[in-house]
Order: sequence, then structure tokens, then C-alpha cells
Amino acid sequence: MLNIKVLGGGCSNCKIAYRLIEDVSRELGVDVVLEKVEDMQEIMGYDVMSTPAVVINETVVHRGGVPSRKIVEEWFSKM
Amino acid sequence: MKKLTWQSLLVLIALWLTLYFNIHSWADKAVSWLPLTPDSRLREALAFFFYDAPKVLLLLSAVVFVMGVVNTWFTPERTRALLAGRSQGLANILAASLGVVTPFCSCSAVPLFIGFVQAGVPLGVTFSFLIAAPMVNEIALTLLLGLFGWKIAILYLSLGLLVAIVGGLILGRLKLEKYLEQWVQDIPKKLLSFESENLSFSARLHYGAVAVKDVVGKIWVYILLGIGVGAFIHGYVPENFMASFMGKEAWWSVPLAVMIGVPMYSSAAGIIPVVQALLAKGAALGTVLAFMMSVVALSLPEMIILRKVLTVKLIAIFISIVASGILLVGLIFNLVL
Repeated sequence: MLNIKVLGGGCSNCKIAYRLIEDVSRELGVDVVLEKVEDMQEIMGYDVMSTPAVVINETVVHRGGVPSRKIVEEWFSKM
Repeated sequence: MKKLTWQSLLVLIALWLTLYFNIHSWADKAVSWLPLTPDSRLREALAFFFYDAPKVLLLLSAVVFVMGVVNTWFTPERTRALLAGRSQGLANILAASLGVVTPFCSCSAVPLFIGFVQAGVPLGVTFSFLIAAPMVNEIALTLLLGLFGWKIAILYLSLGLLVAIVGGLILGRLKLEKYLEQWVQDIPKKLLSFESENLSFSARLHYGAVAVKDVVGKIWVYILLGIGVGAFIHGYVPENFMASFMGKEAWWSVPLAVMIGVPMYSSAAGIIPVVQALLAKGAALGTVLAFMMSVVALSLPEMIILRKVLTVKLIAIFISIVASGILLVGLIFNLVL
């Protein structure tokens, strides 16, 4: 099971990124726990300077923008 | 999306150049086919729209592409590494210039701000970056270049950098660290390692193409709207109409323009075509530039976001210093030109 966090203070791109990951995981039938992290202190704990950022099992895999669908699919296929 | 190669890039450049250098004659032809009397107002307005809309969109696509590629070298993490551990002075100049080439969205202002503080970037240097990043960006510069010519674009670039550098220097001298929110002051300083990503050139080109799709795809509506309003002003507002209350003689129009502009929020894309039309109808350049700078550099939404890390007092000081800088730029401009 994957623990995925989308980091970002509620900007519109953060919501788009969250929904995209939600969609792709459902399509591929991957078992994920998806979480939104909006608390700034927690976000800074991951040393992320540009949001939205994506954390999978406590590793930052993406920062500074909405990931493309292809990239999200790659994350899931690798796991 | 397919990967961009050198060959396809050359084809695109050739296509772009052909389009760009023929728009004027094509636009003229398109307008001359319309059943309109020469020199009528509607015709003036349409001629403006038909010529400027494709020109600006073409310029914008080219610049956003180039900047999208350039941005891949200047991630916020690298910018921070370049600025960490430097003292005030030269670092302010560096920070303001990096503000131009580092991708920045005001929704990321808070994590970026904290990231800088955490790495030990001095507060004044951080502010230089935060002032320059939204104010002097590729979109503003392209539109200025397309609608006003290169002289005004360069003027805007240098004055914007000047406000950011001097503003950051003053803010740094004021020793305002105690007006950061308490939790920000408590963040432990740490040395952060920085590893640059090794991207192939075609991957960088790909990022440029993505930027064009994202940025131009998002703002073309505002640009057309702005040019539409501009076209209307061109055709229907009498010559020198603006001179009486936005002209050089009306010195009070500069502070007024800044006061109206500070809380306003618009991207450069929407405001510049309007500004151009105002200028054409006799508004003074200094007044118009001050208005534009204050709209783009400071906005209510950004201040609300920054409130998470800055106390109200620090926000007030920040706004007053940047606004005074812009005000001075406007006043001096009107005096000199």
C-alpha cells in the first residue's frame, strides 16, 4: 500500500494534482492512502519550496507544479 | 507529448518567423476586405485588434518557451543555494535578477520564503527576490516589447530591478527579523545540500513546450480581452482624452494610480494592453508605468498569503517601501521625459 501526500496550501494547482492522483490510482486499481497536507510547518519539514509537491512513502517525488498524468502512472507502475 | 528534437525546433522557428514578419500585411488585408469606410472608428479599433492580438500571442509563445527552457536551470532550490550565506549588498542584485528567471507563483510565496529563511538567506535579500519575481517577469516584458517597443521594455526591466534591489536593501537595514511570525523565527537554520538535476537538452525543450501549453493556454483569454478593451479605447476615445487627468501636469495622478493599483490583482497579461491604449490617448508614461508596477507587484491576495509568515506590521512596512519606490519611479519619469 502506498502512502501519498500532496503538499500545498490549498492553491488551485494543489487541488488539481490531488484529483489527478486520485483518478489515476482508481483507474489502475492501486491501493493508496491519499492525504492533503496544508499545514505550512509540516510542508517545510519536507524541505519543499514550490508547491504542489508529492510525497510517496515519505520521499518527495515531485515538486513545483501539477505532475503530468504519464508521470503519475509511472510512479504507480514502479511500486 | 512527443519529445522535441533539434530538427523540429528549427522548423518551428522558421514557421514562427514567417508568421511574425507577415502579420502586419495580413492584418491590413483582412481589415481592408471588411465592408468599412476607411478611417472610421470601428475600422481603427479592428485594425488594432487584428494586428496586435496575433502579434502578442506569437511573441508570448516564443518568450514563454524560451523562459520555460531557461527555468529548468533556475529551480527555486538552486536559487536558494546561490543566495545562502551571502550578506546584503551584491546579494540583493543577484536576488532581484534571479527573481526574473526563477519560476514563481504567488501561491508558492510562503514555502519559498521559509525555504530562504531556513537556509540563512538574509531577510532583505529574500525581499529583493520577492519584489522582483512577480513584478519583472517574462510575460510583462514580452507584452511591453510587443506593444510599446524595446526601449520601454528595457526601462521597465531596469526600474523594476532597481525598486527590488533598493527596497530589499532598505528592508534589510531595518532589522525586521523580530516582526516575522514567531514560528518562523523558531525554525532552525540548517545547511541544505543541493543536487542539480541532470536533464538532457531535449527534456529541457520539452519543459519549454509544456510551459507554452500551460501559460499561453491559461492567459490567452485575458490577453484578447485586454487587447479588446485597448482596441475600443483606440477607436472610440478621443485623442488626448487622458491628458487632463493622467497627463504629466497632473502630478497627483501618480500617487492616485499607485493607490488604486496596490490592492488590485491582475496578471501583466490583462493590464498591459489597457495601459497601452491609455498611453496612446495622452496619459503620461510615468503614471502608466507606476500603475502597472503596483498592480503586478503588490496585491491583496498575495499579502493575505504572506500573512502566514509576516506580522501585519512587517507587511505594512513592506507595502509602504515598495509602493514608495514605485511612486518615485513614476514621478521621476514624468519629470525627466
